[in-house]
Amino acid sequence: MTDTIKAESAEALVGERLEQLLGGYDPSVEPQEFWGRQYDLGLAWVQFPEGFGGLGVSPKYQSVVQGALEKAGAPTWNRELNLLGIGMGAGVLAAHGTDAQKAKWLRPMFTTEDMWCQLFSEPGAGSDLANLSAKAVRDGDEWIVNGQKVWTTLAHIAKWGMIPVRTDPDVPKHAGITYFIVDMKAEGVEVRPLYQITGEAEFNEVFFTDVRVPDEYRIDEVGAGWRVSMTTLMNERVAIGSRAMPRGGGSMEAAIKAWKDYGHADPAARDELVQLWAGWEALRLTTLRANQMRKAGTPGPEGSTGKLAWADLNKAITAFTVDLMGWDGTLYPGGYVLHRPTEFESEGSPQRNFLRARANSIEGGTSEIMKNIVGERVLGLPGEPRVDKDLPWKEVPRG
Amino acid sequence: MADQALNVDFALNEAQEMLRQTTRQFLADRVPIDVVRQLADAEAGFDEKLWEAGAELGWHSLAIPEEYGGAGYTFAELSIVLEELGRALFPGPFLSTVVMAADAILTAGTENQKQAHLPAIARGERTVGVALFEGPRGANLDDISMAAEPSGDGWVLTGTKTNVVFGQAVDTILVAARTAGGLSLFLIPSGTPGVSHEAVPTLDPTTKQAQLTFTNVSVGPEALLGREGAAGPVIERMLRLAAVGLSLDQVGGAQWCLETSVEHGKTRFQFGRAIGSFQSIKHRCADMLVEVEHARSAAYHAARVTGHEEELVIAAPLAKSVCSDAYGHVAGETIQILGGTGFSWEHSVHLYFKRAKSTALMFGDARHQRRLLADALGL
Repeated sequence: MTDTIKAESAEALVGERLEQLLGGYDPSVEPQEFWGRQYDLGLAWVQFPEGFGGLGVSPKYQSVVQGALEKAGAPTWNRELNLLGIGMGAGVLAAHGTDAQKAKWLRPMFTTEDMWCQLFSEPGAGSDLANLSAKAVRDGDEWIVNGQKVWTTLAHIAKWGMIPVRTDPDVPKHAGITYFIVDMKAEGVEVRPLYQITGEAEFNEVFFTDVRVPDEYRIDEVGAGWRVSMTTLMNERVAIGSRAMPRGGGSMEAAIKAWKDYGHADPAARDELVQLWAGWEALRLTTLRANQMRKAGTPGPEGSTGKLAWADLNKAITAFTVDLMGWDGTLYPGGYVLHRPTEFESEGSPQRNFLRARANSIEGGTSEIMKNIVGERVLGLPGEPRVDKDLPWKEVPRG
Repeated sequence: MADQALNVDFALNEAQEMLRQTTRQFLADRVPIDVVRQLADAEAGFDEKLWEAGAELGWHSLAIPEEYGGAGYTFAELSIVLEELGRALFPGPFLSTVVMAADAILTAGTENQKQAHLPAIARGERTVGVALFEGPRGANLDDISMAAEPSGDGWVLTGTKTNVVFGQAVDTILVAARTAGGLSLFLIPSGTPGVSHEAVPTLDPTTKQAQLTFTNVSVGPEALLGREGAAGPVIERMLRLAAVGLSLDQVGGAQWCLETSVEHGKTRFQFGRAIGSFQSIKHRCADMLVEVEHARSAAYHAARVTGHEEELVIAAPLAKSVCSDAYGHVAGETIQILGGTGFSWEHSVHLYFKRAKSTALMFGDARHQRRLLADALGL
């Protein structure tokens, strides 16, 4: 079959399935039921194989699907609701999972019946993730997991967790890791809120004490966990990096509001405001350009700078916004109330956003690690010499 | 304020890719850095043969309509050439002739003036210097005070214009002056009696400048570009296009600096390691990449909205402020990464560093651009 014929038949297939999904669309249908039908028709992630929520066609048709859903007013917020599952877990299962694993997990993930979380960071393994020490020991057809994970988003709501653990301490760190899906409701899993700088607990600490995980829940080979973790992180960066934003949107909106509300006119402050505005706009244009290049199949370095730039700018803009508020900036409306939000809270007072922004250059890869990645993978600079590379993991100093 | 940003298509089509390749190849073959240095040492500062060769490649005609001897493309095509010229440090009055004057003639000129000048510009047979300001702060219309008095059916111009880029070498001058009717533009041959020029040494040796003195310069009615007193908006548009053109030059130069830093990081060894393996160097390079990519986005966006004035009032100062800051910083970092070599006369990076500062200050620096941007945004 030539590429043109392939493309035409793919387009026709997507169109036909969309017609089945949206023809006579009834807005009173429960979102979860709708998402189930979307999955069954192969329109969840079109590039996946048939039977697993896809049609085996080019991923570019997904934007056709999204466009049609939005136009019809159909629910599309499952991805945001279950971001760690749909945004990251699905890609991991597609690349490394068995058909049985895909069949078990993909559908309820897509419908949000089963929420997902990602159990990566540990108290002793942050930037150096491969140094992780939570461990699993084989016991017949099961594995017994012990250890602690930290900074886990939505762990208290999630049904399933993606977890790399150490299964062989006698080999160098990257080689001794195995990746599992763990039942967060299983015996021995304890989830505690981790209160942060703002008083909220968006994240959790998760303790595993003799948690039994069936071997069927292992993703890919024993010892292949580092590779699977990299797939997870790559999906994460795409999920974070490609978010579009309107001009002057996001935290810049609050800065402009404060500028106007507090009647500022000082030329030095005006220059600072516009400098931040310009940086924010250049970031927005770069995101647009990166998305266009990715869609055109010619991605370049513009796709790798977004998170770094965003973290610095968001910190600067939220700090400047509080500056514009003068004495009001010294207040904290509502006070610090220790609480546990039930979903992502992106809105808040300028003071809260100022504090929350400090995490931007830490979460999802610190800016230092991001700069190493950009320097080495994008610019091709040589890596840092690593003293722990060839040592058995158990002999590497840590603390 | 344009809340709804105009979204442009950034991808290059096949013809545009081809244009970039042929332009880069031509510059590599014909204008390598040794040639740039030779021209920088000469008084004219540019080579007419290279100028004509560039025109033969079609650079000059890209954004000129076909009816005036051009290729009828858009600023998006021209922008590719401008970026490559910046990367190669190409010396010559390209910005003033092809970007500024050509657009002003197209926007404001009479049919006769368009026929008289645009085909000549497209063929590379005309060089135009833009003479707007009269002192070091020149960036606004208020900074223009030279007078033009009516005389017979023509005009008499008297006054001094500073910082005319390549003013010592161009054959035509586009000069702004005030008449009873207001701000006006005149297009006159450089050799007109009463026009004298004095070349001034420049920080950036690839961008020559002259001070022009007009002593009772008598010109005919055909010298007035378009209508008397109507030049304000024309000059403002010219300044915006200059900002866009310089931004592209800056992106090209900044990209060269980044590549030079990275290459040095891979090949320079100290303490038994390539210095690019040290995070102090690697992280600087990553920061430079962020700056260059942001500058590129802002400049490419601006180059694609030159036909939409209400978006251009935002896009042009945005691009010039972002690109000026980026180029200045990236060129400075490159000197630092190169160490002693970067400070030497022998290495080319100083030419980029100088062009970065010069292009940043020309036609309104980054702070000035941010004032324009704040005004456009209603802040």
